[in-house]
Amino acid sequence: MDRRFAICGASTIGPDIVRLVVEAPRVAAHAQPGQFVIVRVNDHGERIPLTICDSDPEAGTITLVVQAVGSTTTQLNVMTIGEHLADVLGPLGTPTGIDRFGACVVVAGGVGTAIVLPVARALTRAGNRVTAIVGARNEDHLILLNEMRDATNEVIITTDDGSAGRHGLVTDALGTLLAEGDVDYVFTAGPIPMMQAVAGTTRDKRILTVASLNPLMVDGTGMCGGCRVTVGGESKFACIDGPDFDAHAVDFITLSKRNTAYLEFESCRFDEATEAIDA
Amino acid sequence: MPELTKRERMKMERTDMPMRDACDRATDFEEVNLGYTSAMAVLEASRCIECKRAVCIDGCPVGIRIDDFLRYVAEGDIASAAAVIHEDNLFPAICGRVCPQESQCEGACVLDKKGRPIAIGHLERFVADRERTRSLTEPPRLTPPTDRKVAVIGSGPAGLACAGDLAREGHAVTVFEALHELGGVLVYGIPEFRLPKEIVASEISRLEKRGVRFETDVLIGSGTTLEELTSEEGFDAVFIGTGAGLPRFPGIEGEELIGVYSANEFLTRVNLMKAHESESETPVYDLYGRSVVVIGGGNTAVDAARTSLRLGADPVKMLYRRSDSEMPARREEIEHAIEEGVEIRYLVAPTSFNGVDGWLESVTIQEMRLGEPDESGRARPEAIKGAFETIEAAVAIIAIGNSPNPVLTRSTPDLATTKWGTIEVDEGTGETSIPGVFAGGDITTGGATVILALGAGRKAAAAINEYLVS
Ligand SMILES: Cc1cc2nc3c(=O)[nH]c(=O)nc-3n(C[C@H](O)[C@H](O)[C@H](O)COP(=O)(O)OP(=O)(O)OC[C@H]3O[C@@H](n4cnc5c(N)ncnc54)[C@H](O)[C@@H]3O)c2cc1C
Ligand SMILES: Cc1cc2nc3c(=O)[nH]c(=O)nc-3n(C[C@H](O)[C@H](O)[C@H](O)COP(=O)(O)OP(=O)(O)OC[C@H]3O[C@@H](n4cnc5c(N)ncnc54)[C@H](O)[C@@H]3O)c2cc1C
Ligand code: SF4
Ligand code: SF4
Ligand code: FES
Repeated sequence: MDRRFAICGASTIGPDIVRLVVEAPRVAAHAQPGQFVIVRVNDHGERIPLTICDSDPEAGTITLVVQAVGSTTTQLNVMTIGEHLADVLGPLGTPTGIDRFGACVVVAGGVGTAIVLPVARALTRAGNRVTAIVGARNEDHLILLNEMRDATNEVIITTDDGSAGRHGLVTDALGTLLAEGDVDYVFTAGPIPMMQAVAGTTRDKRILTVASLNPLMVDGTGMCGGCRVTVGGESKFACIDGPDFDAHAVDFITLSKRNTAYLEFESCRFDEATEAIDA
Repeated sequence: MPELTKRERMKMERTDMPMRDACDRATDFEEVNLGYTSAMAVLEASRCIECKRAVCIDGCPVGIRIDDFLRYVAEGDIASAAAVIHEDNLFPAICGRVCPQESQCEGACVLDKKGRPIAIGHLERFVADRERTRSLTEPPRLTPPTDRKVAVIGSGPAGLACAGDLAREGHAVTVFEALHELGGVLVYGIPEFRLPKEIVASEISRLEKRGVRFETDVLIGSGTTLEELTSEEGFDAVFIGTGAGLPRFPGIEGEELIGVYSANEFLTRVNLMKAHESESETPVYDLYGRSVVVIGGGNTAVDAARTSLRLGADPVKMLYRRSDSEMPARREEIEHAIEEGVEIRYLVAPTSFNGVDGWLESVTIQEMRLGEPDESGRARPEAIKGAFETIEAAVAIIAIGNSPNPVLTRSTPDLATTKWGTIEVDEGTGETSIPGVFAGGDITTGGATVILALGAGRKAAAAINEYLVS
């Protein structure tokens, strides 16, 4: 078989964060906001989910933004143009429900900005007024700001240390927006505690709030049930029923616990991958 | 071998399948059964009393001419035996290993009444293995290429069988598979120690030689739709063989705990992703010396239990809610599992998974007794009031069945489905509610068997061929 899934663009956009442009014509032709791919780097590689940040049906390419947190993402971080991924399966998952909601706020933390960006674009295209709140540890960890500015009416930046934008958390900024006036819809992606806090901020006002969840996955096709999340007391398969869910119904504590299932195994692998790359 | 009388033949003992020692085999993934030698095969085949009406054939879902192939084996003419089998079964090396023979061909054999049916499965396996490793038969002559294109969705036994037949008729066949490997349950579900993956790979390469194209990493219905295959990609007909791959959960407390796996997930991690091998990046919980509980009584449950053993788990307990005689798994596997050290508890069902800090620690189970038969004709298990017990479990593996995967059906609104989510088809042809679209295997029946999936794939191939040439 011809080698598929060539990397035709690779650039570093933040600390341990790369943007990869990958040839995957079938995926590019169909990708919708909120959908993801399952990627395998090589023949003994793990299958990991990554959001389709952008797609170009004409060129037959998709854009992935990858933060190195473990073995596979670390390997992805050092891939260069001309190399190939072993597998790219997608687009997977139910696309984000886009409608004319009115005043929308998209809340992103860290690499979650890459997940929020295509949704922000689609919301704007559908005629919404979109405000983005982008949070990060510090100035260096802010990514895709220009893209986000192009995609929305306004971008509010928060950093934990105040090195850029407002000093504080995304939920502080969200709280201010809620106090100021009408917010009809909130979409959030990022670290689990952040999504949980966002859901907590909008819960009392009953504002429709959607979170893009990131459980561990294997096949991404509904076959294994490993990605199950508890939503409204029921088990849902995030890869086919999600990854977007009503943030007010999600059991974030269980999600966050389940994501630690292989921590020990992963840290060994991470060390090996880093050593291999350093050597 | 000298001519034996019918009487003498009836007195002969069934030839046992040589197999690896239980202690030895329970620590690795090499195949358990070693296969007959030629002498064993001839001896076993010559036990067949050549019934005038070979009722064994009625027991085989694809109607292999069993009596004929047995006679050839008895005569030592393996090539002719292989040719007979191949007329009806494209993948005998697989079926010989995984068919539930006791309820099919061997269950129907007249000698079954004496408890000594001919080992049809072992012999089929023998013939197929000889044929595969020594290329005894010529590849089938292919019809000259037609200009018709057929898309096959799913590379399980149903899809592969359909693709093989259509390619022989000269049609251009492309198989789309969601996973990165081909073979469906044959590769991600059934473990290596029962069905070596090398056999599946060799069957697939045979299809490639017939000109079948394979495209992995395509989930039809998520992205590319079925409709686009015909309207944009120029396929003249479609076969759907997407299987029943959506694991069911019992819906009890604690299912979300770390340590609770579906059998599909556990087996996929090990079989497909090779999680137990050191170079694999995919993790699986460390089972070494830890207690594993498997819930269910089918082949999937037995496979999960035996795979756990091989990863070092101790003890491994299977919990089945009915009794021994209702257990749907292959007899041979149940026996092998027990020999290897799997403990089977009958008439118990889990009521909750209990954990500490998000990790599974134990399973509470309820004792059952058998009541009136249900729709399936099997005695319905009923709970015995107050009879609960809690057993330790570091890992629990749920194997209580699968539902049809909804991705394709959800994205194809015109495709008629039943209330169980299976695709409705014409029994005789496999045609669905959409003209030119056919389906077969687990996606139409719910979880069934490899041979039924193969049979359905072939039946649909014949109907598709008819559809394309008319
Ligand atoms: C639908 C979906 C979309 C995603 N999109 C992106 C994306 O666009 N860009 C991106 O960088 N990451 C994304 N992720 C997360 C990404 O899949 C994980 O970071 C990746 O699987 C980690 O693999 P690894 O081998 O590098 O690390 P591992 O060695 O597997 O894990 C290292 C650490 O990361 C944590 N981790 C593992 N898997 C996940 C996960 N799924 N989510 C969060 N933390 C995890 C582990 O708990 C561990 O602490 C997405 C996840 C999902 C489910
Ligand atoms: C663990 C286990 C053990 C078993 N043991 C036995 C046994 O010993 N004997 C026996 O006879 N039977 C056994 N079975 C049952 C048997 O494997 C199945 O009945 C048989 O595989 C069904 O074949 P199929 O072709 O219909 O589907 P499958 O084998 O399920 O194959 C379907 C394929 O389609 C792919 N697919 C699904 N949706 C899409 C899509 N939308 N687009 C592209 N591809 C898609 C899937 O990834 C899969 O590869 C076992 C099953 C399991 C799970
Ligand atoms: S295909 Fe299965 S049922 Fe038919 S003869 Fe072979 S083993 Fe028996
Ligand atoms: S029923 Fe049994 S004995 Fe009779 S022909 Fe078939 S295999 Fe031989
Ligand atoms: S990842 Fe396997 S079912 Fe969702």
